[in-house]
Amino acid sequence: MIPGLDSLDLATVEVFAQARSGWSGFFTLATLVATVAAAIRLATPYLIAAVGESVGQRSGVLNLGVDGVMLLGAFGAYYTTVRTGQPWYGLLVGLGVGMVMGLLYAFITVTLHAEQGISGIGIYLFGLGFSDLLFRQLVGAPRPILGFDGVFDFTLPEGRLDINYPDLYNHSLIIYLAFLLVPAVTLLVNRTTFGLNIRAVGETPQAADSLGVSVARTRYGTIIIGNTLAGAAGAVLALEKGIFIQNMTNGMGFIAVALVYFGAWRPLGVLAGSLLFSLVTAAVLQWKTLGILSGAAAQLTEMAPAAVTIIALVVVTHRIGAPAALTRPFRRGVEH
Amino acid sequence: MAGTVTVDARISDWVVQRVVRRAMGPLVPLTATIAALLVGAAMVWAFGGDPVEGYRAMFTGAFGGISEFADTTVKATPLLLVGVGICIAFRASVINIGGEGQIIAGALLSTVVVLALPGLDRWMLLPLALIAGAVGGACMGFIPGVLKAYANVNEILSTIMLNIVAGYIMQYLLLGPMIDEAAVEAGNHIAQTKRLSPNADLPILLGGTQMNLGIVVGVAVAIAVFLLLWRTSLGYEIRAVGGSKDASRYAGMKVERRIVQALTLSGMMSGLGGAVLVFSSVAHRLSVESGPAGFTQLAGFNGIVAALFGGLHPLWTVPAAILFGGLLVGANALQRAVQVATPLVVALSGLVVVFVVSSDRAVRWARHLGERLDIGAASDSDRTGSAETGSAGTGSAGTGPAEAPGAPAGDGAEP
Repeated sequence: MIPGLDSLDLATVEVFAQARSGWSGFFTLATLVATVAAAIRLATPYLIAAVGESVGQRSGVLNLGVDGVMLLGAFGAYYTTVRTGQPWYGLLVGLGVGMVMGLLYAFITVTLHAEQGISGIGIYLFGLGFSDLLFRQLVGAPRPILGFDGVFDFTLPEGRLDINYPDLYNHSLIIYLAFLLVPAVTLLVNRTTFGLNIRAVGETPQAADSLGVSVARTRYGTIIIGNTLAGAAGAVLALEKGIFIQNMTNGMGFIAVALVYFGAWRPLGVLAGSLLFSLVTAAVLQWKTLGILSGAAAQLTEMAPAAVTIIALVVVTHRIGAPAALTRPFRRGVEH
Repeated sequence: MAGTVTVDARISDWVVQRVVRRAMGPLVPLTATIAALLVGAAMVWAFGGDPVEGYRAMFTGAFGGISEFADTTVKATPLLLVGVGICIAFRASVINIGGEGQIIAGALLSTVVVLALPGLDRWMLLPLALIAGAVGGACMGFIPGVLKAYANVNEILSTIMLNIVAGYIMQYLLLGPMIDEAAVEAGNHIAQTKRLSPNADLPILLGGTQMNLGIVVGVAVAIAVFLLLWRTSLGYEIRAVGGSKDASRYAGMKVERRIVQALTLSGMMSGLGGAVLVFSSVAHRLSVESGPAGFTQLAGFNGIVAALFGGLHPLWTVPAAILFGGLLVGANALQRAVQVATPLVVALSGLVVVFVVSSDRAVRWARHLGERLDIGAASDSDRTGSAETGSAGTGSAGTGPAEAPGAPAGDGAEP
């Protein structure tokens, strides 16, 4: 196995075996399809976490603890699956862990009005340390789990689609569910009363409050939704990779927060951002395996998504603008 | 007549508030840390260890002897430098999460200088290397500063993204141009430089221990930053901008420039911390073998913990950093004594952050709760206004409309 690649990028490795090296090897249909397929898988945890985070931010709450919650969710899912052998239970535990963390974060930021940026970093450090601690105390040596691999594969019946590249659509069911989050959250935010409250509370909490909308209750709701999805994102990551390792998210949660800005707070924009981000990542992996990029140069290319995000931040904040009340705790009668 | 009474009451109330706040200053972070340590004790107990024994081992491991204390100062130095920088940024209401990236930038630039000038005399090379570290960190702080001041980009996100960018640049440089050529020829493809010039080593202060000049640099910087923030007009303006941008602008201050300066200075301190990390390292080289976070040892985040624990005061950050350095060093002893792994300390420092940032409000919240009870008891005499808001405030922890942000919250205290 090539170092730096894991089960997530199996598609890449399979192609490596047959492809010619160099650019001519990259621009073959098989390689391009494999790259896109890998990108779809890579995008899933980002997508789930970022869509959740977008809900919270629309209500005016920035949660920088996503990475820590993802790690806790990942460990919860991994450990449950180790003990029960049931990845579905693992996913449920991941969701539950996220929900509990959401309740905690909501209490800190909404009820106690703590500064959101800093308390998020606290949550991140807690998640980073606690997941590692639990792993070392309860598991010790890395033990792979079966995860979703081959358990929930969604396979189209033969001949239903005229595509010869099953990699494109043969993913585990969970990936399809993740992509369904996009329309679901769009509907929630734009077409429901709760969604209207979310947007009102995120723009002008004073006005929403004067109309009888409970700012606190709305934000509790969105924070819990966001953190539950962050826990789910971690669970999916662990179950897809079939393993838990210390700091396995490696900053994915922070990228997810940035993707919300990148996507201008719309789930569809977040989807586009996640796909673009993971497409670049998958392409870089592919270039590395095909020998187009040396190991050192690949490091430089891998920073492209983060660099692009900074540029996107400049453009997006300039042209669209964040929810007006973002990062501002609400206290009745106090203008911020 | 009635007016003067109210004003008098308000003034005396304000004095009481100030005294109380002075006393609360060190109390809040201390309580938060004790609370976090209690949670830690519960964790140790849950994993089947004896918390008292664990903490005793931890304390002995960190402060039990000269050699232990020396190790603690080594661990504390980067936390102190980053933390002092965080004091500047947070005082300007700029949330600098970019400590990791700024450490890396400082480490890289100082290493480049030392690699370029290996023959230089110690008295020239070491100061030059430290200055290069400060410059590297400053550049890394300047970018998000400009983006925030002139393009309105949220500094939290830009600094986090720059952490990631810096990590990859470091891995690129140490796998590519800056790699140890001799080791590569010998077949060792490790992402690290060669052994840096011994002239750049930070001198050991106490023979037989690891305590080095870094901690002295750290304390000197802390004093300098204290003087900067409270004894110069630049420091005054930085703090004023942190208090209220609009008021500062109205007073004729150049708000944008102060924001850029605050982040640049903040980055400068972290960069210095990065240089100290390199030149006090045991291998005396810059290595990213265990990833960027392995090199920084998360000092970019832990420095925030130290600064918050020090009440965002550079001088208080010194003991705070030493305490947290002690926690990091003592974690190994704790692991040996009660078999609870070292990441416990990372989790606890996260809890300290959470408790500190929420305790300030928790105190106000508790006080407000008390006020509401007071108002309920002291019938609605002449302060129906505040009684009304008191009852209207149910559900959210909102305070009365009469309270301006930052003003003493003493509405219900008078009658």
